[in-house]
Amino acid sequence: MSILEVSNVNKRFGGLKALNEVQLSVKEGSVHAIIGPNGAGKSTLLNCFVGRLTPDSGTVMFNGTSLLGLEPHEINQTGVSRVFQTPEIFEDLTLLDNVMIPAFAKKDGAYRFNAWHRVSTRTDVRDEANALLEEVGLADQAGLICSTLSRGDKRRLEMAMCLIQHPKLLLLDEPTAGMSRADTNNTIDLLKKIGERGITKIIIEHDMHVVFSLATTVSVLAQGTVIAEGTPDEIKGDPRVQEAYLGGAHL
Amino acid sequence: MARNVKARKNTARSDWILFIIFSAAVLTAPITLAPIGAAYPDLLQKFAIYGIFAIGFNILFGLTGYLSFGHAAFLGVGSYASVWMFKLFTMNVIPAVLFSVIVAGIFALLIGFVSLRRSGIYFSILTLAFAQMSYNLAYSVLTPLTNGETGLQVRHLAPADRAPDYVLKLVDVDLRWVDQAFGVVEHGIPITNLFGMKMSGYPGFYFCAVMLIIAFFIAMRISRSNFGMMLKAIKSNQNRLKYTGINTKPYLLTAFIISGMYAGLAGSLLAVTDPLAGAERMQWTASGEVVLMTILGGVGTLVGPFLGATIIKYFENIFSSINDTVLQQVFSFLPETLQNIVVAVTSMFVGEGWHLTLGLLFVIIVVFLPGGLMEGFSRLFRIFKPNPPATPTASKSEA
Repeated sequence: MSILEVSNVNKRFGGLKALNEVQLSVKEGSVHAIIGPNGAGKSTLLNCFVGRLTPDSGTVMFNGTSLLGLEPHEINQTGVSRVFQTPEIFEDLTLLDNVMIPAFAKKDGAYRFNAWHRVSTRTDVRDEANALLEEVGLADQAGLICSTLSRGDKRRLEMAMCLIQHPKLLLLDEPTAGMSRADTNNTIDLLKKIGERGITKIIIEHDMHVVFSLATTVSVLAQGTVIAEGTPDEIKGDPRVQEAYLGGAHL
Repeated sequence: MARNVKARKNTARSDWILFIIFSAAVLTAPITLAPIGAAYPDLLQKFAIYGIFAIGFNILFGLTGYLSFGHAAFLGVGSYASVWMFKLFTMNVIPAVLFSVIVAGIFALLIGFVSLRRSGIYFSILTLAFAQMSYNLAYSVLTPLTNGETGLQVRHLAPADRAPDYVLKLVDVDLRWVDQAFGVVEHGIPITNLFGMKMSGYPGFYFCAVMLIIAFFIAMRISRSNFGMMLKAIKSNQNRLKYTGINTKPYLLTAFIISGMYAGLAGSLLAVTDPLAGAERMQWTASGEVVLMTILGGVGTLVGPFLGATIIKYFENIFSSINDTVLQQVFSFLPETLQNIVVAVTSMFVGEGWHLTLGLLFVIIVVFLPGGLMEGFSRLFRIFKPNPPATPTASKSEA
């Protein structure tokens, strides 16, 4: 059963055809990696899922409803959460606030005017947020302002912000970009742990170590088209993939 | 900054303490401000009124980071709305205050709805444009409502038997239907009242002070609430908030309306203490002044904007009234030549030159204390604290 169905998606930036008849089907519960050389259109494709870009043509169906033309917050409310390439968090707020905000977005919807009661009276949300910070290993820093966190910690915080929403689909845009090997391994462990919750994930990644430790399915994107799809082992041996990565780049 | 910054804890208890201290300070101002020559009702009223204006402005600017350059429009609208209530219905201030707040809210809804389609500098320019438009309209096509340059004032009653003849001349004569229905007798031009208590002098100040305390309490509740947290998240990273499933536009619009209603309340109180509304209240300089007040006191803090408003109004009223004769007396202990030099130098900073002092103060604050006076206080507090805690407290004070 596929949770996300992308068919014939095209996107053009001026003379550049960034996406060309992209077909993609993401199975429920899978970890679907999208890999490809620089400029293959990976981020463009992801931006089409979250409402930042609208494709010129084609359809993006999530759980039977079209995501095209929806605002980012509407897409999130259907159950799609996103982790950004550089961690996007609320730098001036505390870690606890950072995790509580998405929880409120999930519980209270896109807008709710509650200007009278103190945030701290919502103990259910606070307890859930604390539990999740505990899980990602940031519980002892819950009261700190986020701007001082290390990049690895910011990434973990962002994961917690997504997880508290119990998303049906989690999009990860290069979750380990710019990280040290140790932080990368921590992130892999964290993602494996999340995997136990059965959340469907789409990972865009450069680091093959990450891809082959996590993914159940891999799609290879080159020049805006999916050129191969299969299990990690199939992809490793695929000559077209090697061509796209090595041959194309060096010739 | 590599050190970990711990957020300051704002518990329900510490908020109540802050609120009680604030209320006590406001209510005792006629006594405590006497030594600096500020304890007369006219000035104290201004402190309270512009304090409300700045506290409301801070709900928008301090929490969401959206800098409105047109908030004086709501102040002006509030004043006009109140004076019309005085002219048409009653000199009692309660209906006037309520009506002004509602009218300013509707006005803010319209302006905010359009202006909030943009952010950053474009938002500021749009609000400025709307405010200047209101200002110019008040002088031109809206003269039947605003009485143009003369300003809208409370006037004599129209002769009771010929009231209908005056319906189109209402800027010049008043009707006061409600007061008339209750048989209130007027001698000359009446002054505003709260169920018979005259709203001039100290009663006027205490009415404004109670309004200020209520306004402060509501601002505190907003700041600590779920709604306030979302506004702070907008300031911190609006894009992230959108991808977190929050529709930021209605949050911004609500904040804009609330802050417009605060300005309307302030405008209404200006009319309560002096029933006259002029268009100059809507000019861009008035909008700029509330920005200065907020930055001077401390953007995003609760007490800061009120403090900034107080200081600016103090300078405007006290520093501007110091003249050479006063300076001569102050420096009379010096030898005459020296006295003349000192007086010549200091006179540049007082009297007409009060803008210079304020300008210098503003520059110093922005350069050395970007968090305003409140940041200065929290720094002092940290220096003099006997036992500093292991983790340094946040530079972001929220008191």
